[in-house]
Amino acid sequence: MFFWSLVLIAVGIFSSFIYGRSRIKLNSKKQGTKSKSLPNYYAQYVLMWCLFPALIVYFSWAIFQEQIIQNIVISNFEYIEGAVYNEGLLLAEIRNVANNPSFADGKSIEIINAASHYSSLRQISQISFYTSIIIIMLLGALYASQKLKPEFHAQHTIEKYIQYILIFCSSVAIFTTIGIVFSLIFESLRFFAEVSIFEFLFSTEWYPFIPIREGQTAAEGSFGAVPIFAGTFLVMVVAMCVAAPLGLLTAIYLAEYASQRVRKIVKPLLEILAGIPTIVYGFFAFVSVAPFVKAFGQSIGIDASPTSALAAGMVMGVMIIPFISSLSDDVINSVPQSLREASLGIGANKAETIKKVILPAALPGIVGAFLLAISRAIGETMIVVVAAGTAPNLTGNPFENVTTVTVQIVVALIGDQEFDNPRTLSAFALGLVLFVITLFLNIIALQIVKRYRERYE
Amino acid sequence: MNNSVAKEKIVSLRKKRSLEDMRFKYYGFTAMCLSLAVLVFLLYTIFSKGYTAFQKTIVLLEVDYNQEVLKLTSDSSDEEMEKGKFFRVKKQAIENFFPDLSKSDIKLVKKLFSINVDNEIKDYFLDNPEVINTKQQIWVTAHSDVDQLLKGNSRRDVPEDRRKLNDIQLSYVDQLVEENRVKQVFNNFFFTKADSRHPEIAGVAGSFMGSLFTLFTVFILSFPVAIGASVYLEEFAPKNRITELIEVNISNLAAVPSIVFGLLGLGVLLNVFGLPRSTPLVGGSVLALMTLPTIIIACRASLKAVPPSIKEGALAVGATKTQAVFHHVVPLALPGTLTGTIIGLAQALGETAPLIMIGMIAFIPNIPTGLTEPSAALPVQIYLWVESAERGFQEKSAAAIMVILIFLFMMNAIAVFLRNRFERKW
Repeated sequence: MFFWSLVLIAVGIFSSFIYGRSRIKLNSKKQGTKSKSLPNYYAQYVLMWCLFPALIVYFSWAIFQEQIIQNIVISNFEYIEGAVYNEGLLLAEIRNVANNPSFADGKSIEIINAASHYSSLRQISQISFYTSIIIIMLLGALYASQKLKPEFHAQHTIEKYIQYILIFCSSVAIFTTIGIVFSLIFESLRFFAEVSIFEFLFSTEWYPFIPIREGQTAAEGSFGAVPIFAGTFLVMVVAMCVAAPLGLLTAIYLAEYASQRVRKIVKPLLEILAGIPTIVYGFFAFVSVAPFVKAFGQSIGIDASPTSALAAGMVMGVMIIPFISSLSDDVINSVPQSLREASLGIGANKAETIKKVILPAALPGIVGAFLLAISRAIGETMIVVVAAGTAPNLTGNPFENVTTVTVQIVVALIGDQEFDNPRTLSAFALGLVLFVITLFLNIIALQIVKRYRERYE
Repeated sequence: MNNSVAKEKIVSLRKKRSLEDMRFKYYGFTAMCLSLAVLVFLLYTIFSKGYTAFQKTIVLLEVDYNQEVLKLTSDSSDEEMEKGKFFRVKKQAIENFFPDLSKSDIKLVKKLFSINVDNEIKDYFLDNPEVINTKQQIWVTAHSDVDQLLKGNSRRDVPEDRRKLNDIQLSYVDQLVEENRVKQVFNNFFFTKADSRHPEIAGVAGSFMGSLFTLFTVFILSFPVAIGASVYLEEFAPKNRITELIEVNISNLAAVPSIVFGLLGLGVLLNVFGLPRSTPLVGGSVLALMTLPTIIIACRASLKAVPPSIKEGALAVGATKTQAVFHHVVPLALPGTLTGTIIGLAQALGETAPLIMIGMIAFIPNIPTGLTEPSAALPVQIYLWVESAERGFQEKSAAAIMVILIFLFMMNAIAVFLRNRFERKW
């Protein structure tokens, strides 16, 4: 379906273009006047009318077809008295049988019936899809061809359409934000309908296992996210303890001391560090750093767990070194040369100049860089998923196992995803917290950096 | 007198200060070296853990293609051959693998072989049907436990109950090594097979294809939109509040954690629109939304780099603004926008968390062939293997990391090449 519909649309594009071009030439010849715009613009006009309505239909069909068909199949399903059905499993079974007739052996008659119903609906949908696409393309082209007169300003219209398309492209970012905010808030509200927001924010018990079946004697789940926030904070602090000094000193060295040649070699190498996928850091933390931390803990008499805040935090720190160093490097470079020269001129040496003049001048920018790095550390997922553990633990000891917001989101969604229990929905509440905090940090950081830039420009 | 004391003081102070200066410089130098040392150590770890995955262990097995055991005749059709009883042939071969094996020993011997041996025996026969009723010596894949032992990844000096292979099996393996009935060859499975529960026949082909399809989707969706958005913001947008809102929005979106985009994909694309789970189509859409801000920022920079005189020249000879932009500015900025897009794609390639959210973490044992088929992706595959308890998967995950790093390196090399080759300094 995918391939042939592409072919269909390609044919539509091609033929509408040719048609528009020849038609306007014909019309202007008939009237004996020159057209107001070049023939290509009329052709583009026809093309747009042919293409865009068809594309809209195409996408809505692709999105809604499966859902509608499934709803019809399920609503017409002949339920046998007394049997219990799980709708999701039932649908999967029906689809399997429909796609692969050899699976039909041994299936009950109502499933086989539903499967044939399903395939016939699919066929109908398929046929009506192609016909409606063709009709819509033809209608569009027909509408456009009415306008193909020499006195029509095709170019103006085309340029207006192009503007609309461009505006649509730029608003995709806005739609994304709206989508994020709404999906997070909507699912979070469902979560907070079952779990009180105060419990979530202030209680220290995170025990998200709730009875799945009725009558199951499991403890009530409790959703106090404080240990998770504390774990996130701990990992972030460890990461910043590694990244802040290393990143800042590297930036100072590169900006103030290093020769052009060293800069040219080291900066791309640091960029490699920034470009390595986070799962690779996770592997590194798991395979090399965590055993090392455990051995180190044992050697100084602390019982370290195999996955620890320290291992995850250290590796995360390495990950954000290039982030801090490149941002700080920019900041330090934009401190005006005159400050440097004045300080050196009254006899201060380089270290004194950096410590007493440049760093204070660059401080706001560096703070901004650190805030961005913190937000990056909080939102980082794969390192902590692999190396920090999944059990909530309210502790300040970095050798212990902790869990973070991102880890809990992954854990909540990795198993079965029934959207009716608070365990799954808790992921969205945690996601909302994460989103709000990182957004807040980013806005502050960008504001600080912007103000800092303005000061020296 | 007084003078010389003061002089001495000044000299010592100066010494102290210059020492401080030196020390500070070396702090910076050490920090830089440490960062780079970690990079080297990281790459070394990956290489040293992973290079063994490119080899597999094979064992020489004598197989008797007896037509009665196979339930075939010499003039069986291809279809009948497909259905031959190869598992019986395998069973026989394993029973005769060492002379005089007891029943319990046979069980132990069986565990030295991969589950894939049936298929290998079958494929050998289908390629050479004339071997019927003959005995053939063929090399078949060993079990991952044997493989890991011979590669030295699992140790033999730990107590027997904590080992995968017991003492009797170890002695079998030693005997095989002595008789030269076992050797290591290039691991073609790693590049031709998809994921598997059995480490010795697990490969990256499935997840690699999944990643390719995902990247294709990302490119198709994000490149045109990014160009459109950046052209609008850079060339057409009026300076007003809405434009400012869009710009602030884009820069903030660039810093939203990737996992939140995963939640967006789950909440909107899967639950509201009902797109198929675990597919490159959904994964690509989520990653496209995620990388869009990065690409837009890069595209805007390259549009900005085109000198205004070019546009003004076009306007001066009577082009409309749209013509000036699309005929003159955009083509000149195209290499830059492509570079930015490739860098955005590289970022998308390494992203794991959003793909886990939309279910690309499912176990997919076959190679996907389309955008709407469930598939894995390279980084998620690495995650699955890292998390796996089976020892044989650890080298696989390191090797898969090498694959992804090489892939990333090539993308960046293309980006740098494009930049150097086509970018003009004005």
